[in-house]
Amino acid sequence: MPNMSLEKVPMPEQEPNVRNKNFKEVTLGYTEEMAVEEAQRCLNCKHKPCMQGCPVMVKIPEFIALVAEGKFEEAYKKIQETSSLPAVCGRVCPQENQCEKFCVRGIKGEPVAIGRLERFVADWYMENCKSVSEKPESNGKKVAVVGAGPSGLTCAGDLAKLGYKVTVFEAFHTPGGVLVYGIPEFRLPKDIVAAEVNKLKELGVEVMTNMVIGKVLSVEELLNEEGYDAVFIGTGAGLPSFMKIEGESLNGVYSANEFLTRINLMKAYKFPEYDTPVYVGKNVVVVGGGNVAMDAARSAKRLGAENVYIVYRRSEEEMPARLEEVHHAKEEGIEFKLLNNPVKINGDENGWVDSVTCIKMELGEPDKSGRRRPVPVEGSEFDLDADVVVVAIGQTPNPLIKNTTPDLETNRYGCIVAKEETGETSKTGVYAGGDVVTGAATVILAMGAGKTAAASIDEYLSQRKK
Amino acid sequence: MYKIVRKEVLNPSVSLIEVEAPYIARKAEPGQFIILRVDEKGERIPFTIADYDRDKGTVTVIFQIVGKSTESLNELGEGDSLQDMVGPLGVASNFEGVKKVAVIGGGLGTAIAYPQAKKLHSMGVSVDMINGFRNKDLIIIEDLCKAACTNLYTMTDDGSNGNQGFVTAKLEELINSGEKYDLVVAIGPLVMMKAVCDLTRKYDIKTIVSMNPIMIDGTGMCGGCRITVGGETKFACVDGPDFDGHLVDFDSAIARSRMFKNQEAESRERAHKCRLEGMNNA
Ligand SMILES: Cc1cc2nc3c(=O)[nH]c(=O)nc-3n(C[C@H](O)[C@H](O)[C@H](O)COP(=O)(O)OP(=O)(O)OC[C@H]3O[C@@H](n4cnc5c(N)ncnc54)[C@H](O)[C@@H]3O)c2cc1C
Ligand SMILES: Cc1cc2nc3c(=O)[nH]c(=O)nc-3n(C[C@H](O)[C@H](O)[C@H](O)COP(=O)(O)OP(=O)(O)OC[C@H]3O[C@@H](n4cnc5c(N)ncnc54)[C@H](O)[C@@H]3O)c2cc1C
Ligand code: SF4
Ligand code: SF4
Ligand code: FES
Repeated sequence: MPNMSLEKVPMPEQEPNVRNKNFKEVTLGYTEEMAVEEAQRCLNCKHKPCMQGCPVMVKIPEFIALVAEGKFEEAYKKIQETSSLPAVCGRVCPQENQCEKFCVRGIKGEPVAIGRLERFVADWYMENCKSVSEKPESNGKKVAVVGAGPSGLTCAGDLAKLGYKVTVFEAFHTPGGVLVYGIPEFRLPKDIVAAEVNKLKELGVEVMTNMVIGKVLSVEELLNEEGYDAVFIGTGAGLPSFMKIEGESLNGVYSANEFLTRINLMKAYKFPEYDTPVYVGKNVVVVGGGNVAMDAARSAKRLGAENVYIVYRRSEEEMPARLEEVHHAKEEGIEFKLLNNPVKINGDENGWVDSVTCIKMELGEPDKSGRRRPVPVEGSEFDLDADVVVVAIGQTPNPLIKNTTPDLETNRYGCIVAKEETGETSKTGVYAGGDVVTGAATVILAMGAGKTAAASIDEYLSQRKK
Repeated sequence: MYKIVRKEVLNPSVSLIEVEAPYIARKAEPGQFIILRVDEKGERIPFTIADYDRDKGTVTVIFQIVGKSTESLNELGEGDSLQDMVGPLGVASNFEGVKKVAVIGGGLGTAIAYPQAKKLHSMGVSVDMINGFRNKDLIIIEDLCKAACTNLYTMTDDGSNGNQGFVTAKLEELINSGEKYDLVVAIGPLVMMKAVCDLTRKYDIKTIVSMNPIMIDGTGMCGGCRITVGGETKFACVDGPDFDGHLVDFDSAIARSRMFKNQEAESRERAHKCRLEGMNNA
């Protein structure tokens, strides 16, 4: 008999006024009992509508049925058939736009908590099953993966399982991509990412950090001199955009990348135990409405800022951030200044930020993206006090690889052009996927692209005569 | 891990280390830099590649002890290893077509200017090197520099080496005595580079400066190293670190270089305190 409750089993979480002072994970995860209870809300629909919302087609009804029976290990194996980072995706997928959006239980009441169940299963497995992955037999072929974000790690794992000798080249000193430098500890504990990377190492994947491809080695050299049979490029969209308004070079103005990298990768939140500093001051203005903006704002609050504002030029409905993060941010005391746009950053006599001049916006006609275009309300400017401004208005791919790989086609946004079904680029033997192809998107899409590319690299190299 | 195979103390606050980093050594060119971390909790700190040996697979950096991170770097000796080293980063210097160059080093900037002088010298370019220090005890790598240029002028602010004067004064003197430079390379503190540029602008001599703003990734991903050049925002780590000095907005660069002053002091104080407390507990 299914559990007909209209609401999800609530997930325990830290109190807002406690958690906004620490970097420990906000949500605490289901217990076994809670997971079973929630799993029983699933109707095991025959036509599996939820699955069409999942970019990697996790076998949702099947794994949930196993959870309902208390078969957690089997549930994990079921998820693993199509997804390689369930502990991550369960936490960071925008489920409300993906799997849960199509869940029939969502028609009346809340959908089944697919993400929370996925996370539970992955965490349970990590805690209870110390399985050592077996190193597959080598097929003698070498593949280079550039970038250790979700796309690269997934591609590397899939290829290693097929017997390829895979080397991952990562520019930073720690693998994980946005999962380590962007998304904060309180949303995605870094131990989880490290555990995923260790699994890859057990499979025989070599991870070389501190290797900036395009500088220390080029893609060309990987193929022609280092003996790699194919290359996957998963270098993400790491180039920060600025607003190009007056005052952006003042002290106290950060790109979200710099702000979050200092805090997450360099652990400035543990300063001075760790050496890297970050300055937050009393009033922080974060510009943008996506996950990046929420992460920056909530981090600033945790570092002691008194007033943290999100300044976003559209309304809440258009905000691209995950629903849960917006909700959590509000609970934690972040103030939302919606339908506002910064026009100028003002400095004091020492070159430090002092305030931000914003203008009010109203929504006009829908633009190309279908979202209503914000237009400024004339004469509505006002000043917001600020010691720190964090610009979180988007990122584009870094041009380093493009500039050093002559016959690699890119589009006008600097994204590598790759076939969606295969990940093939204009250059033979070179594949690409994730944010470097799509522009800033999601973890699950990046992972899916890594899987797709791994499959077509395998096909290409199996067919190619040596 | 990146092993230190050689260490030399050049003066009380400046040391040289030669580090095993074969991949970097293979590609390094003058004008480029590396970023290193001493240990797991350390900052990423950028240093110019002062020298490299492709056969031995080593990279040499010369560093000045100015704060917490450079202090802990200086605690390592031969045989110890660095946690991380990434590079070569930045654009290599381009010296095509020049015939006579003045290379100017201010203090530690001398170490950053040295590989450029050496490269020019090896290309057969006539190089006058003018290095300035506060006093004679701070003079570094004089012998290396001597071998990397045609004429070396070592100046001191207080005249304690018998050659009193700022580098700009010496440069102007040389220009006025008829030396025709088609390029000036100036590397040192921001105020010094600014002064050199003000001078060379007057004489219309193209001037390259090396910008060393605060950096994190060194790959164009944080934007922390942004500076204004010719009215445009540039990232020093990928567009530089060398720029046309006559286009650089030095005033905003000087303001930005003060960004973390307070926290740097805190980090340092705390390191000293921990060490003292450590001794008390021992
Ligand atoms: C702050 C923040 C919060 C986010 N929150 C969410 C969320 O809640 N849910 C969600 O689904 N998505 C979220 N995203 C988006 C998601 O993280 C990305 O879409 C995803 O990480 C893209 O994966 P990727 O593998 O393509 O690239 P990345 O994760 O960007 O990884 C690329 C890696 O390549 C390395 N690299 C780059 N250039 C080179 C080079 N030349 N040589 C070697 N290595 C190189 C980089 O250092 C990096 O490690 C967020 C993004 C940010 C920035
Ligand atoms: C491209 C580049 C090349 C450099 N080359 C050399 C070199 O060859 N030899 C050398 O001694 N120094 C060099 N520097 C400067 C060197 O990186 C700093 O002296 C060092 O980071 C100071 O760290 P600290 O913790 O010891 O001092 P801190 O107490 O942190 O700071 C002392 C001073 O160093 C500056 N500084 C701090 N952190 C950084 C950072 N991440 N990047 C740049 N400056 C910083 C600050 O403005 C401050 O004035 C270079 C910097 C850059 C950007
Ligand atoms: S991977 Fe993401 S979209 Fe797919 S089922 Fe899991 S949470 Fe939903
Ligand atoms: S749509 Fe909802 S109820 Fe139906 S199988 Fe999927 S998760 Fe279960
Ligand atoms: S150091 Fe981050 S962009 Fe230059």
